[in-house]
Amino acid sequence: MSKRPPDLRRPGVSRRGFLQGSSVVAGSLGLAAGEVRAAAAEPTSDTRNIEIKINGKTRNMSVEPRTTLVEALRDTLGMTGTKIGCNQGQCGACTVLLNGSRVNSCLTLAVMAEGGEVVTVEGLADPSGDLHPMQSAFARNDAFQCGYCTPGQILSAIACIDEGHAGNEAEIREYMSGNLCRCGAYPNIVAAIVQVRDSQQG
Amino acid sequence: MKNFAYTRPRSLGDATEAAGNDGAQIIAGGTTMVDLMKIGVLAPETLVDITGLGDLEGHAVGTDALQFGALARMSKVADDPAVIEAFPALSEALWKAASPQLRNAATLGGNILQRTRCPYFRDTAYAQCNKRDPGSGCAALDGGKTSHHAILGGSEACVAMYPGDFAQTLVAFDAQVMTRGPGGTRTIPFAELHLLPGDTPHVETVLEPGEIVTAITLPRIPAMANSHYLKARDRESYAFAAASAAVGVEMDGDTVRDVRIGLGGVAATPWRARAAEDALRGGPLNEETAREAGRIAFEEAVPLEGSAYKMPLGADVVAGALLTVKSRIGGE
Ligand SMILES: Cc1cc2nc3c(=O)[nH]c(=O)nc-3n(C[C@H](O)[C@H](O)[C@H](O)COP(=O)(O)OP(=O)(O)OC[C@H]3O[C@@H](n4cnc5c(N)ncnc54)[C@H](O)[C@@H]3O)c2cc1C
Ligand code: SF4
Ligand code: FES
Ligand code: FES
Repeated sequence: MSKRPPDLRRPGVSRRGFLQGSSVVAGSLGLAAGEVRAAAAEPTSDTRNIEIKINGKTRNMSVEPRTTLVEALRDTLGMTGTKIGCNQGQCGACTVLLNGSRVNSCLTLAVMAEGGEVVTVEGLADPSGDLHPMQSAFARNDAFQCGYCTPGQILSAIACIDEGHAGNEAEIREYMSGNLCRCGAYPNIVAAIVQVRDSQQG
Repeated sequence: MKNFAYTRPRSLGDATEAAGNDGAQIIAGGTTMVDLMKIGVLAPETLVDITGLGDLEGHAVGTDALQFGALARMSKVADDPAVIEAFPALSEALWKAASPQLRNAATLGGNILQRTRCPYFRDTAYAQCNKRDPGSGCAALDGGKTSHHAILGGSEACVAMYPGDFAQTLVAFDAQVMTRGPGGTRTIPFAELHLLPGDTPHVETVLEPGEIVTAITLPRIPAMANSHYLKARDRESYAFAAASAAVGVEMDGDTVRDVRIGLGGVAATPWRARAAEDALRGGPLNEETAREAGRIAFEEAVPLEGSAYKMPLGADVVAGALLTVKSRIGGE
């Protein structure tokens, strides 16, 4: 066993890499999109044809097994409404509904969603263009600043109410904890959810 | 992420066979697997997706036992009113873990087999990690940061902490794990599933190549109904435990008839505090005995420079969980 102490400053151990390794600092992780995305895929013949129903439309695509659902949405289909923040299940920017449940599309392999149904932020407004009530509530309550986390927040917020976890503000905060907002729009996000919940009950 | 072949078997027999091949690994919810593949810690040649085995998705709360299929999702089990009533600590251990999105994807089988969050294990820029690369050394013990490492059950080769929450309830309440492997089916006491690191920290469980966890069962005992999972963490929600305790108590008048204590955030494997349980059994449960049980639970702890805080914190968590349960019983 080597007795050489690890040199924390040696090149190759980036601060970012270290932060990613340590789960307890997840909250301080920024939303540095793209930085940690997989290096450009080398060409391979091992692709698979999959079919996923996305926002009500059946879509066929050819993906590698390692393609994540968010990569399939953004890169293969050009649907960039779904965002990539941490790319590690920690921030919720990539939240979509898969078969009715909110999941992190950065930790979902596209091949594993084969035959499933996905809802992204692009699928929320109705065909005439009217916003989903949660989208309107976010706008009304200023529930965002830069907007980067917003698509994920909105899908998560819709699921939070559907799951029955929007009983009071403390419960909403607990059940929205998988969506980080670097701009700190949390109070307004909670307010938007309360408004939609109340209007649905009324 | 390195590319890999992908297969989604439709039968348990096919899955076992596929998973037993060299270079194959099982994927269920994928929240550990995809994460570790992305950061280069794991690079399977073949991923065997077991989510096509629909028979393993259910769970049931019976009068004698609780049964959970390996593919039951964390969120579904945590929210089931029957589970909340029969065994509150188990529901709490599930909903206090990870995030709603992760809990919708993650399965109970994958949960118990999740890998350590040791930052050096997770960062391949560090050459030293006996768990990732047997014989390479341990960056944590060799001058690294040890604030999130085990103070119970560690070895000179590895002090990685078992990070999960759910497993504490299983180890304390005598759960069993059903498996199907190349050699057929078997039942493993949960307490024997995980192995202490010793000289071989890369071998984490007794599971054989290709062996698939199919179900988890728990005998229903009175202490379950009066149980609580207390989790101390750096943030209010969505963080791994700094120290946690799953406790359950059965009283006979003023005397403790049965008590269970599982510890998390502090040990190399899901940990049962048997000496602390023994100290409480047959005596009263009050502030003094609860604190003493907390102290005993950490009597054999070996704190490292960065993790010494876990000893008093862990003792407080044990005492706090016991007193919460006691106050609930008192309120009946
Ligand atoms: C950001 C983040 C925060 C988290 N916070 C917490 C937390 O606070 N508390 C907590 O407890 N957990 C936490 N987790 C861990 C999470 O709970 C686990 O990743 C999840 O439970 C694993 O389940 P899965 O189905 O996704 O497993 P997978 O990723 O599919 O598999 C995990 C492991 O189990 C093996 N496996 C899976 N199913 C079987 C089976 N049936 N038989 C044999 N082997 C199998 C796989 O080969 C793999 O080694 C967190 C994870 C992330 C990403
Ligand atoms: S504690 Fe274990 S997992 Fe962490 S660096 Fe040391 S050997 Fe690796
Ligand atoms: S991008 Fe952060 S959770 Fe998926
Ligand atoms: S991250 Fe900017 S609005 Fe949430």
